[in-house]
Amino acid sequence: MAQQLFWEDIEVGSEVTPLPRIATTLMLVKWAGASGDFNPIHFEETFAAKQMLGKPIVHGALKRAWLVSLMTNWIGDNGTLKKLSCQYRGMDWPRGMKTLYEPEEGDTWWCKGKVTNKYIKDSEHYIDCEIWVENAKGEKTTPGAATAVLPSRG
Amino acid sequence: MIPEEAAKLVGKTDAPVVYEVEKGAIKKYADAVNDRNPLYWDEEYACNSRYGSLIAPPGFFGWPVKWTGAGPFDMKDSVGALALEAMSKAGFPFILDGGAEFEFMLPVRVGDILISSCKMAEMNERESKGAKLVFSILETTFTNQNGAVAFKVRQTIICR
Repeated sequence: MAQQLFWEDIEVGSEVTPLPRIATTLMLVKWAGASGDFNPIHFEETFAAKQMLGKPIVHGALKRAWLVSLMTNWIGDNGTLKKLSCQYRGMDWPRGMKTLYEPEEGDTWWCKGKVTNKYIKDSEHYIDCEIWVENAKGEKTTPGAATAVLPSRG
Repeated sequence: MIPEEAAKLVGKTDAPVVYEVEKGAIKKYADAVNDRNPLYWDEEYACNSRYGSLIAPPGFFGWPVKWTGAGPFDMKDSVGALALEAMSKAGFPFILDGGAEFEFMLPVRVGDILISSCKMAEMNERESKGAKLVFSILETTFTNQNGAVAFKVRQTIICR
């Protein structure tokens, strides 16, 4: 893992280290199996069209899981994620697969965030963050918030 | 607008569901998310961490409603599934996942047994861009084998 982050390293306005993600049809299949979400809007073209989505869309909960990765990668092993919330505001469509392993050229999503508050409560060192998933056009399709406890150098 | 069949589910709680936290399931989940955190993958690394064992990523559980009935549990009679069925009959056939709010109290380790309890907390009507929407809020609490609450999630499902 990356070097451990400490509460003292953070200021309000600090950036959460951005995390790139590429949604692919393969990833959606894996996510369906791993999460148990077998809604056909995520894998069947005709069903997605009938639900007025155009083509199969990225699971909201997968984008939520990306945001969990964003936070846990950044706060490190000794940081603790306390809260995470997000809203699935905008649809995202995955890239197709070019080979068994490689996706087609296309969009990359970025998970991003910034610190909105830092405080001590019950002797624990907290930070609040605004977090989001941004599509290739720079639109925040999945805005949210997170709260974590970090180790202190004190 | 919210049909009686759906409205009467508000306040109702599903029968508890038991989940075993399995190593293979954690790895499949982390692979699907493309998360290489060794706390999910590397037994030796995880055992030497403050957790003392492999852990599940926060939010590993928390999809509270296997409402297509095609999941590992037959949840067609769950409050969430019954509400969606009633809404569909009442002219709200389109379903969207609105979002989720997680609160994590304790780490979830490999070998833990979690018991979930899912309640239909609220159903509210809203209007957006001239369309009528119904927001359902499902609250699920996951308790571990020691009787301690490991985490809670509030899930919003939107019918239109």
